[in-house]
Amino acid sequence: MAEFNPKDIIKPENLVYRKSKVLTDNVMHYCPGCGHGTAHRTLAEVIEEEELQSRTIGITPVGCSVLMYNYLDIDMQEAAHGRAPALATAVKRLMPDRFVFTYQGDGDLAAIGTAETIHTCNRGENILILFVNNGIYGMTGGQMAPTTLLGMKSSTSPYGRDAATMGSPVKMADLVALLPGTCYVTRQSVHTAAGVRKLKKALKKAVEYQNKNMGTCFIEVVSNCPSNWKMTPVAANKWMEENMFPAYPLGDIKVPAGE
Amino acid sequence: MAKVKGAVVIDTEKCKGCEVCVVTCPTQTLALSHEVNGKGYNYSYSANPEACIGCANCAVVCPDGVITVYKMKVE
Ligand SMILES: Cc1ncc(C[n+]2csc(CCOP(=O)(O)OP(=O)(O)O)c2C)c(N)n1
Ligand code: SF4
Ligand code: SF4
Ligand code: SF4
Repeated sequence: MAEFNPKDIIKPENLVYRKSKVLTDNVMHYCPGCGHGTAHRTLAEVIEEEELQSRTIGITPVGCSVLMYNYLDIDMQEAAHGRAPALATAVKRLMPDRFVFTYQGDGDLAAIGTAETIHTCNRGENILILFVNNGIYGMTGGQMAPTTLLGMKSSTSPYGRDAATMGSPVKMADLVALLPGTCYVTRQSVHTAAGVRKLKKALKKAVEYQNKNMGTCFIEVVSNCPSNWKMTPVAANKWMEENMFPAYPLGDIKVPAGE
Repeated sequence: MAKVKGAVVIDTEKCKGCEVCVVTCPTQTLALSHEVNGKGYNYSYSANPEACIGCANCAVVCPDGVITVYKMKVE
């Protein structure tokens, strides 16, 4: 074998992975290791591979991902805090040929926007709701969210969340799966390569189901917030596996009949 | 026997040094540098390039999409 030189491999014909063309060249403002970046990237890859770039309309939330429209080269509209599903409803009804999604954090989707989430899913609007659950309000400094785990410390539950006074974590995916309007509800992750590949498959199913007008698709990504959890990204991902996954188990919760 | 060899190109100025790629790599190819980039992060680099198999796992988990992967068969 000839002397190994990576330069011999780095040629266009040997390319196996590059950043999606649906992503802009802007540097994402997220903290190092934040799952929002990986979730954006995975969604961008699906939009590229499914050739949806010119007919996708995304609705951005309020939260750390508020500036998502700077990173995906598609049409996007910013919603008021929690109202993304309402706006997505209007967009999809007016332009039913578009692929419409919302991208929302847990404060956005499960606290201020609970009503919009529940009623949009109940009506079975033909949209995808992509829900990034990091168990906390990231953008505003790590306050407790409805999804914060029992015992988990946050800036507004400094002694840990206590069920008696603060209630228990709200499991949004399980909740919306009970509603007749949802056709596909699944929980995924983005901290491992296998997890990202599974999320990609789930997103492609959501595209297919939306094309067939089958109802609301709800994909939860159990994610991290290294900064507010006050951990390194690698430690945060480990903590997530040990603590978030038992409370929010990964996998499909509801699939269309016959799938 | 044909073997698969890989190589990664990392946009080190855009890397945030999160280390997620380093712990994901099945062949311990990557490491964080001692030097920092313009943003002050210890960026990821190919410390052990002969080990890379081009599986792309590092690129798939990189939140910032700064890794490009190449792969070829060698005799
Ligand atoms: C009407 C309104 N209320 C409150 C806020 C303040 N606020 C901004 S982001 C946020 C929480 C976001 O948390 P989450 O949805 O979990 O997203 P993350 O930042 O964790 O990604 C809050 C309460 C606001 N911008 N608008
Ligand atoms: S505060 Fe948390 S959710 Fe927001 S970008 Fe930083 S790590 Fe991500
Ligand atoms: S392509 Fe695979 S083997 Fe090569 S550095 Fe990345 S994770 Fe490691
Ligand atoms: S995953 Fe990406 S941003 Fe994080 S250290 Fe590796 S190359 Fe840098």
